[in-house]
Amino acid sequence: MIFSAATGISGRVVDNVFLYIVTICIILLALITFLMVYFVVRYRREKHPTPVDIEGSTWLEITWTVIPTLIVLSMFYYGLTGFEFLKKVPPGAMTVKVIARQWSWLFQYENGIQDPELRVPVGMPIKLLLTSQDVIHGFYIPAFRIKQDVVPGMTNYLWFQPTQLGTFDVMCSQYCGLEHSHMLTKIVVLPEEEFTKWYQGKKKEVAAKAPPPGLQLYQVKGCVACHSTDGSPRVGPTFKGLLGKKEEVTTGGKKETAVVDEAFIREFISEPNVVHIEGYPPIMPKISMTNEELTALVDYIKSLR
Amino acid sequence: MTSTGAMESIRPRISFYEDHGKYRGILSWILTLDHKRIGLLYFIFVMAFFFSGVVLGFFMRLQMLAPGTIMKPQTYNSLFTLHGIIMIFLVVIPAIPTIFGNFFLPIQIGARDVAFPRINLLSWWLYITGAIIVVISVFTGGGPPDTGWTFYAPYSLRTTVNVPLAVFGVFILGMSSILTGINLVTTTHRLRAPGMTWNRLPLFVWAIYSTSWVQILVTPVIGITLILIIMERFFGVGVFDPAKGGDPILYQHMFWIYSHPATYIMILPAMGVISDVVPVFARKRIFGYMAIAISGVAIAAVGSLVWGHHMFVSGQSDFADILFSLLTFLVAIPSAIKVFNWVATLYKGSIVIEPPLLFCLAFIFLFSIGGLTGLIQGALAPNMHLHDTYWIPGHFHYIIFGGMGFGLFAAFHYWFPKMFGRMYNRKMAMRAWAVMLVGFNIFYFSMLLLGWEGMPRRYYDYLPQFRSLHLTATFGSWILIAGLILMFANLFRGLFKGEKAEDNPWGGATLEWQIPSPPPTENFEKIPGIRHGPHDFKELENNG
Repeated sequence: MIFSAATGISGRVVDNVFLYIVTICIILLALITFLMVYFVVRYRREKHPTPVDIEGSTWLEITWTVIPTLIVLSMFYYGLTGFEFLKKVPPGAMTVKVIARQWSWLFQYENGIQDPELRVPVGMPIKLLLTSQDVIHGFYIPAFRIKQDVVPGMTNYLWFQPTQLGTFDVMCSQYCGLEHSHMLTKIVVLPEEEFTKWYQGKKKEVAAKAPPPGLQLYQVKGCVACHSTDGSPRVGPTFKGLLGKKEEVTTGGKKETAVVDEAFIREFISEPNVVHIEGYPPIMPKISMTNEELTALVDYIKSLR
Repeated sequence: MTSTGAMESIRPRISFYEDHGKYRGILSWILTLDHKRIGLLYFIFVMAFFFSGVVLGFFMRLQMLAPGTIMKPQTYNSLFTLHGIIMIFLVVIPAIPTIFGNFFLPIQIGARDVAFPRINLLSWWLYITGAIIVVISVFTGGGPPDTGWTFYAPYSLRTTVNVPLAVFGVFILGMSSILTGINLVTTTHRLRAPGMTWNRLPLFVWAIYSTSWVQILVTPVIGITLILIIMERFFGVGVFDPAKGGDPILYQHMFWIYSHPATYIMILPAMGVISDVVPVFARKRIFGYMAIAISGVAIAAVGSLVWGHHMFVSGQSDFADILFSLLTFLVAIPSAIKVFNWVATLYKGSIVIEPPLLFCLAFIFLFSIGGLTGLIQGALAPNMHLHDTYWIPGHFHYIIFGGMGFGLFAAFHYWFPKMFGRMYNRKMAMRAWAVMLVGFNIFYFSMLLLGWEGMPRRYYDYLPQFRSLHLTATFGSWILIAGLILMFANLFRGLFKGEKAEDNPWGGATLEWQIPSPPPTENFEKIPGIRHGPHDFKELENNG
């Protein structure tokens, strides 16, 4: 199917305005094209050897200034009413914090749980608070017809209300560097009970205060965007078999062969790109991690033999 | 430069090609002060960059056939950046004002040259210098820039590739643009022949005049912005980087304060070409001369106040969004007026179908689609969906390529016999036109549809649902390129093997058609006195 259907209330609002304007545009284009082609055929030299001298017509000029002005003002107004709706968060919306970084998304719920995918209950208005840790990204849900840039140093917002169950693509819409095209995730719209079950279950995990396992850190901290765990190549080296690997490195202009050990990984995460590793672009972002988290992550990498 | 009328009447009338001036060989070109030679210098280089831009675009489309197998992500990111920088700054902005503005504006107003011939040459040298710096930035440092042609902060401040050099090149190009603007404004004010009143100016001159003002007024802003990027990268001045207390939204404002009016710098001259060419082939004067002239000035003025529509989803205030949307709708009106007047010019004409007219008709059709899609994305609600998707490149290629590009091709085919004294094969030109028109629409209409489907821009890869439209677009790009090759091959052949052109093959009434093809040095033996408007054709006079 060529045309994907819109979902959510926002989808309906945007589609309505779009259809209104598109319809007028098609009529105008057809009119202009028809007249143009008709005149060229009707008044071609063979049929119409003597041109008629017409300087213009003030009356016509006024007509085709005033009528289009009214038409575009109606478009503006219709677009504006849709916009006001899209910008006005209804009371009682559930707030989720969105963290964007090169090149992954993270969602933080009010009860403290974090997840790389956004799970929401159907029917509930959701307010997203958008923040970026590095450059500008764009949070875009095509099915809901909405997007908003995610700007470092600013908290932008976006709201939507899912009206049907399903899984919907989320894409980064503002160019943010090498892996911009793969900065994707999903919105999963769940029935309310199912969502509550997941939400409470996750919360218990958090409440148990167990040190977050490495796998979770791997997703939450965004390592997943550039490092695979199964040996497949991505922007950065795979975590599988990383420990103990030998790499050609350059430190301050000096070339040498280094063994990737625990200390090397810890250092590289804390101060990325001071050491340049041959074969990989120097684009590892700085990610803040506590000492315990570092240990957990390195343990996780260790386990991937 | 000027000599007395008495001396001139004895001097044989040789064309500007034969009169090499003080120098010989290549120096007689790169050190020339003749506005026509300088116009041709631009012509050669603008075309060379146009071809490189097309090749880059061809490879971008090729990548979309099978993402991941043809090139690396970094390569693709550099490709769309270079395609943008080259096409915008080296081709589309300078093309018509520097090639045809230089060549024909002085002739059309009855002048022997531009007001400042030496500054004119300096402008060309700055253009070449800027272009060379941009080219060097591709091959040196950390590799070609990968920021997109918009250089958005803070990404452009952090990427390790060669951004500062590319930015500096664009800065130099801006200087060239400002000087050309000043030159052509002054020329229009000071060097009009006696009787060439403002309401007798050819509409091409009106268009170049309005454009030049925009160039003078807004180009300094991009200069400042680009210098700030360089300062920030080298000295850590925190104007745009939020990590240093700067504001990335400020960067976007400063960038678009120039770059939106720049789109009118691109399209206005092409509109001038259309307004000049359509009447010649309709054999009657333009419908609503003053309406067209004034709407051009209105576009230049209001168009300078709509930049914020590039930032509807950036996080600027809702009030700014609303205001910029309103102004965006208003700037559509003067463009619509022009379209209506062009179509009305055809009414009751005696229309001769020749290649230049066909390119004008294609312009009107494609530009209308570009303008109307602009209304759709200019409305605030649909913009939330369409912003930063393929819709946007689809829309602006309809405007820039369908509009400015086809306007440029109309100018090629219209003025070719005058510039080179030879005629291309007209049948072949019409065939090329048809192929390009078909390929163009398959290509860029697919992009519009992709955008509506939710395909974001600047992706080297895509989700499976976008595949069929991507394939269609790539297929269309091949047809378009085939048409381009056909058109340029035909022009190129005409350049060397075409039959000799008459002085006035189209029966034009403006001054360039009253002098020999190709024109002699300093154009006129005696500065002509002007007694009528630009479109008073013989047929009309005979008619009474």
